[in-house]
Amino acid sequence: MDIMLSDEQRLLKESVERFIAGEYGFEQRKSWVEGGAGYSPENWATFAELGWLALPLPEDHGGLGGTLGDVAVLMEGFGRGLVVEPYLATVLLGAQIIADAGTDAQKVDILPRVAEGQMKLAFAHTERQSRYDLTDVKTEAKAGSGGFTLNGQKSIVFGAPDADLLVVSARTDGGQRSAEGLSLFCVAPDAAGLTVRAYGTQDDHRAADLTLENVEVDASALIGSAGEAFPTISKTVQRAMIALGAEAVGAMDVLNELTFEYLKTRKQFGAPIGAFQSLQHRAAEMLMAHKLSRAMVFRMAKASADDEALAQAASATKVQIGQAGKFVGQQAIQLHGGIGMTHEYAAGHYFKRLTMIDALFGTTDHHLSSYATSSFISS
Amino acid sequence: MMMELSADESAFRDAVRVFVAGNLPAALRQKVERAQHLGREDFLAWHKILHAKGWIAPGWPVEHGGTGWSPMQRHIFDDELATACAPQIMPFGLSMVGPVIMNFGNDAQKAHYLPRILSGEDWWCQGYSEPGAGSDLASLKTKAVRDGDHYVVDGAKTWTTYAQFADMMFCLVRTSSEGKRQEGISFLLMDMKSDGITVKPIRTMDGGQEINEVFLDNVRVPAENLIGEEGKGWTYAKFLLGYERTGMATIGRSRRQLKEVRKIAASEPLGEGTLSDDPKFREKAAAIEIDLLALESLVLQVLAEQSAGANPGPESSFLKIKGTEIQQALSELLLEAVGNYAHPFVPEALEHGWNEEPIGPAYAAAAAPHYFNYRKTSIYGGTNEIQKNIVAKMILGL
Ligand SMILES: Cc1cc2nc3c(=O)[nH]c(=O)nc-3n(C[C@H](O)[C@H](O)[C@H](O)COP(=O)(O)OP(=O)(O)OC[C@H]3O[C@@H](n4cnc5c(N)ncnc54)[C@H](O)[C@@H]3O)c2cc1C
Repeated sequence: MDIMLSDEQRLLKESVERFIAGEYGFEQRKSWVEGGAGYSPENWATFAELGWLALPLPEDHGGLGGTLGDVAVLMEGFGRGLVVEPYLATVLLGAQIIADAGTDAQKVDILPRVAEGQMKLAFAHTERQSRYDLTDVKTEAKAGSGGFTLNGQKSIVFGAPDADLLVVSARTDGGQRSAEGLSLFCVAPDAAGLTVRAYGTQDDHRAADLTLENVEVDASALIGSAGEAFPTISKTVQRAMIALGAEAVGAMDVLNELTFEYLKTRKQFGAPIGAFQSLQHRAAEMLMAHKLSRAMVFRMAKASADDEALAQAASATKVQIGQAGKFVGQQAIQLHGGIGMTHEYAAGHYFKRLTMIDALFGTTDHHLSSYATSSFISS
Repeated sequence: MMMELSADESAFRDAVRVFVAGNLPAALRQKVERAQHLGREDFLAWHKILHAKGWIAPGWPVEHGGTGWSPMQRHIFDDELATACAPQIMPFGLSMVGPVIMNFGNDAQKAHYLPRILSGEDWWCQGYSEPGAGSDLASLKTKAVRDGDHYVVDGAKTWTTYAQFADMMFCLVRTSSEGKRQEGISFLLMDMKSDGITVKPIRTMDGGQEINEVFLDNVRVPAENLIGEEGKGWTYAKFLLGYERTGMATIGRSRRQLKEVRKIAASEPLGEGTLSDDPKFREKAAAIEIDLLALESLVLQVLAEQSAGANPGPESSFLKIKGTEIQQALSELLLEAVGNYAHPFVPEALEHGWNEEPIGPAYAAAAAPHYFNYRKTSIYGGTNEIQKNIVAKMILGL
């Protein structure tokens, strides 16, 4: 029994693990990744049926009001299957922002549709120059008669190629790296003046770079109040970081399972390679890295119910999973030898996902610096 | 970083530098700089330029077409080529089978194969590893049975680098299953066009295509393609492992990559400045540079000992381990340096002649694939674990 989880969470865990084990085989995944949308629309419908799309959304708007801990349970399962459906982009970023800051009209319009699987979102925030600084936004929104005109550029917008609605950040005020003056807008993907350059990513997700040239939106497209979006942005991204941590934990677990099994079955020099002590120690460290990460992520998911602690919890999680994910990923490949290097075999794909999770929302180094500026364990 | 060079050595370096600057085609240099995939013709083009100059085989004795350079000159040469973004010179003919033929081949074999290695007429691949025989190479099963004046070869090789480009393969095969495993192994040369050879590509996780399975299905190989004696293949293979190990340190290539990653950092915005201003980045780069400096010092020492007539022994394992650790650390630093633009995977951008506007900065496209691909360096050429076993056993006597 998993004492870290509530009864409900245990049921959720069983359900997602059953789905991954039964429906999300590595070969099936390959066919979805190579297909048109880059994921399976049928799976998306299943996610809706099982309530996963509704999980963290508010109950007033078709959601289940789940906690970040609940989301972590789901994401751990997704990590086990290397799920490529745009859950992060739609639910954890886009819908979370609407839920947090949207107007009533926006919530009523968007959230139930997301929960039912009728609408996919993407969050366009990062820019070419911004690296991991969430305040660094050059894209501008000028207020005009009855609306706003957006100009600028957005980078690596996950889920954008297949999104029904884009949540775009832009400056209505303030300097390039000011936390003040940021606003969020709903932008239709086919808006005039918007160019979407789509591509696949290293780990089989889909993303796009956007160019906005005099994109006009109505005043009703503004999410929340003008100039006050930063707290919503940072809180949403920090929660997503912890959720990603849970995904990484699931991925590490499977990668370890693959590797430990290989140590038992691969024979060289007349013995299973797991008989060599240098590899036994490596395996022990890989297991330890996973155990520490899992315990940490589920604790941080709870700690972060408190806004104050959220930033620290997110950075701590990012550092832990960044380091552990890198160690587990690299060693898994190493211990497999040549077979680990191949595209055909699953290990490389888990390694790539772990690598790209580290590169998402700030690397280990970036978050180590953030964390060092104010420690979680206060004096 | 600096190398203390004598006046002669400096003059030599300048001569190499001038030659490379004047003869390395710009398109090739750019491919290497961008870490794009090189094709057979790319490697061969540069091979032929060096061959025409008489510089293709600095490691070979002069009578076979070598340059007569000192080990230090060879080190300078490698370094200059790497710094200038010249394509890697394929080791399979020049550093692997060439020296084996030179030392253990008969006159007819030398006369036939060595000039073709020099000219690039034959592209060689190395058929050692098998699905069941990797680190434990002596357990290899591919069988060669004598039938008149042929061997009939049956089995499968795997992970064979650039077999898809190869004209010839040097192969370890089992000619006897009696006695010690090592003593039943022979060294055989095969024409890749022989009936019964099938090459099947293996895609690596980064999307590249450099390794292959090679199936050998009753391939008839003329008995005259046996090197030396039957059953002595293991000895020849071991000889080869000790040969030219200083190249495994890849000092020049790593030095160039360090320069490249610093250049990238200088153009990656970070706050008001660039990533170059970040003390953490600078320290990471410095730490790698110091590692590289230490490794180069060891290489120079090995080269000096070599000039004095010593044979590089198991110490060459140090060069392989540290050299690959540095290459991998550099690939990590590069990945971190490109930031968010590590994510897009645009395989076409890794092929030459791709003229579209890059996604993000052009240098970012190869960062993650390169990082993934370079996990191979601690696996191939004897894994780093096996290298440490060698050190423990051969040097420490444990
Ligand atoms: C990109 C690439 C290119 C290659 N090119 C060629 C080529 O051109 N020609 C060719 O013949 N081969 C080539 N190889 C094969 C390479 O030499 C083998 O992959 C390597 O020898 C390891 O063998 P293996 O893959 O079977 O792994 P295994 O031997 O199965 O090893 C698996 C793991 O067990 C460890 N291990 C094994 N034995 C021990 C031990 N006694 N103590 C501690 N740890 C141990 C290994 O270090 C490794 O981590 C290439 C490999 C790669 C990845």
